[in-house]
Amino acid sequence: MLRILNKIRKIGIITEAAPHDAELEALGIQVKHHIDKLFCGSLAIRAVDAGSCNGCELEIHALNNPYYDVERFGIHFVASPRHADALLVTGPVSRHMEAALKRTYNATPAPKWVIACGDCACHGGEFGVSYASCGAVENVIPVDVTIPGCPPTPTALLGGLLLAMKQSQ
Amino acid sequence: MSRFDWLPELLARCEDQLIPVSGDTARRLAPAHLIVLDPEGWGRMAKVAREQGCHWSALWVEQTDAETLQANAVLVFRGDYLMIRTGLPLTNLVLPSHTPWFPAANHPERHARDLFGIVFSDHPDHRRWTRHLAWSEDGYPLRHNKPVCPDDIGETLPDSNYPFFQAQGAGVYEIPVGPVHAGIIEPGHFRFQAEGETVLNLEIRLGYTHKGIEKIAEGREPGTLARLAGRLSGDSTVAHTWAACQAMERAADVTPPPRAQAIRAVFAERERIANHLGDIGAICNDVGFTFAQMQFSRLREDWQRVNQSLFGHRLLMDRIVPGGVLRDLTSDNTTLLQEQNRTLRGELETLLPILDDHPSLEDRLLGTGILSAETAITLGVTGFVGKASGIDIDLRRDHCYAPYDRLIVDSPCLQAGDVAARLQVRATEIHHSFDLLTQLLTDLPEGPVQAEWQMPAAGSEGLGMVEGWRGEIVTHVRFGTDGRVARFFPRDPSWLNWPALEQLIHGNIVPDFPVCNKSVNGSYSGHDL
Repeated sequence: MLRILNKIRKIGIITEAAPHDAELEALGIQVKHHIDKLFCGSLAIRAVDAGSCNGCELEIHALNNPYYDVERFGIHFVASPRHADALLVTGPVSRHMEAALKRTYNATPAPKWVIACGDCACHGGEFGVSYASCGAVENVIPVDVTIPGCPPTPTALLGGLLLAMKQSQ
Repeated sequence: MSRFDWLPELLARCEDQLIPVSGDTARRLAPAHLIVLDPEGWGRMAKVAREQGCHWSALWVEQTDAETLQANAVLVFRGDYLMIRTGLPLTNLVLPSHTPWFPAANHPERHARDLFGIVFSDHPDHRRWTRHLAWSEDGYPLRHNKPVCPDDIGETLPDSNYPFFQAQGAGVYEIPVGPVHAGIIEPGHFRFQAEGETVLNLEIRLGYTHKGIEKIAEGREPGTLARLAGRLSGDSTVAHTWAACQAMERAADVTPPPRAQAIRAVFAERERIANHLGDIGAICNDVGFTFAQMQFSRLREDWQRVNQSLFGHRLLMDRIVPGGVLRDLTSDNTTLLQEQNRTLRGELETLLPILDDHPSLEDRLLGTGILSAETAITLGVTGFVGKASGIDIDLRRDHCYAPYDRLIVDSPCLQAGDVAARLQVRATEIHHSFDLLTQLLTDLPEGPVQAEWQMPAAGSEGLGMVEGWRGEIVTHVRFGTDGRVARFFPRDPSWLNWPALEQLIHGNIVPDFPVCNKSVNGSYSGHDL
């Protein structure tokens, strides 16, 4: 136990403060400001992989690591679409996920946002439209915001969320 | 021990079983060895290979002309790759199944049936696998006469009538999970039958992320095929791009320069370390030990940031290209990489003993999700899942492709087969990767990092074999005319490891499923193609 406490003490808080990564911090503060205004302080996101290669998922995971720690800006990922304000959809939508994505969309209470995350979700990416893929998310459900990148970096994801909130005002 | 010194014994067994084989095309697929069979001998060949002690690795089908399909399977013994092939007229697409001898063939054969229409006689399971409802039962989308995207394709309905295994009895209940999961993970469906907290049976249903990769690969140029291979499974982007490039280079008779080979291995070992770091944290998190999750995700982020600053991509996508690598390393770069090696090694010296000595972690991981050595061998699992259950196979050591042929490669092997053993294997692999990185970076060959691409002959083919962080990857590429790809089949290690999850969960409690699943960490996308 002592070793654990010692390790925690030695590492300290590494969540980036303004001087380390001004861009991230400035972004975060703006995001927080908008979330406070639009969502009373908390934006609940339901991530849906509609056929991605798992690259985007790795970077969405990174948003929760101690460097980005996006909960401090009021963003948290929820386990059910019923609890969500927004869907963060990755991948080209595979035809085998078409129905599941529509059902998830319908299960999300309105008003809701759909954020297409990554090149595949934005425009079909490397996979496009085929017998197996519907391509972009907007081919299946309405999309409010797109975040390009293959995959988008955690900073790009945060920037995309900010844009979403700015656009909605 | 020389390469293929066991082959005469296998061929003698074939003769005993009256399986006529021809091996005259062997050289075309070096370092693999190709033998051609009649369809009738296909099933008996599996029996012979099983008796020999081979493991079953891959199966894929190609259409060779308007009237003929060709089935290919890969069998492996002592790091040697034997490819068997047979032709089938479209008018009679029946082939004896390998599944009775090698359960690993179960899903690949059903995939081949769904996409090409080959009927595997005496296959124990006649249900569809990759196909849900996006195409009809006789749609066979990989046949040449089928377009990439049919004009009349409409909405795809949910596949709600798949005949899952049923369990009945007092107190037995079912838990359907997915395809949309509670966490930030890929889609798939898990159907549990449970009694109280105990899992009686688990059936995994995949295919949700099927993106038609095999079909859209056709007609691509080498560079864009490498990009596609890098997006088969995002966490294994280096390994899959490497395997695809290796296959293309063998087909086109291009040899990447030694420096490029070494840099590829640097990428591959860095990918292995990144994934092991992330998963060790996630496994601990699944049993409520968030301290480890925070620490290991911090280390993973440090690692990815160096990838970004030195190589220009956090996951190292598209850094390997046909003929070599995208860009060179400077001596400053190698110094920085060495430094990061040392820093991470130091961090792990503090962190791993904490995990080792933590009683609540031990309580949840030891004895959980046991995959016995016997089951592991029967299923033919690969990578760290196999190594934790007594299967001592690692291509970097046994098949020793460049640059591993000039390095000392260590590989761990444990017997316990539980979640703790899989975690231990991964921790040990990180250390072995450090050693490999040190060897690679201190002795980086001089010279260019790209060989000039040359036009592959029409019909030329190559087989790529790479040990990714999940295990053995086997990739086949055939070129058509104009140097464009005619057929691409990458076999992700997950094909071999998903069935292990169904077995190792038996008798465990439902709440331990997430940690068992994470300890295997199969790729959905890599499997579904």
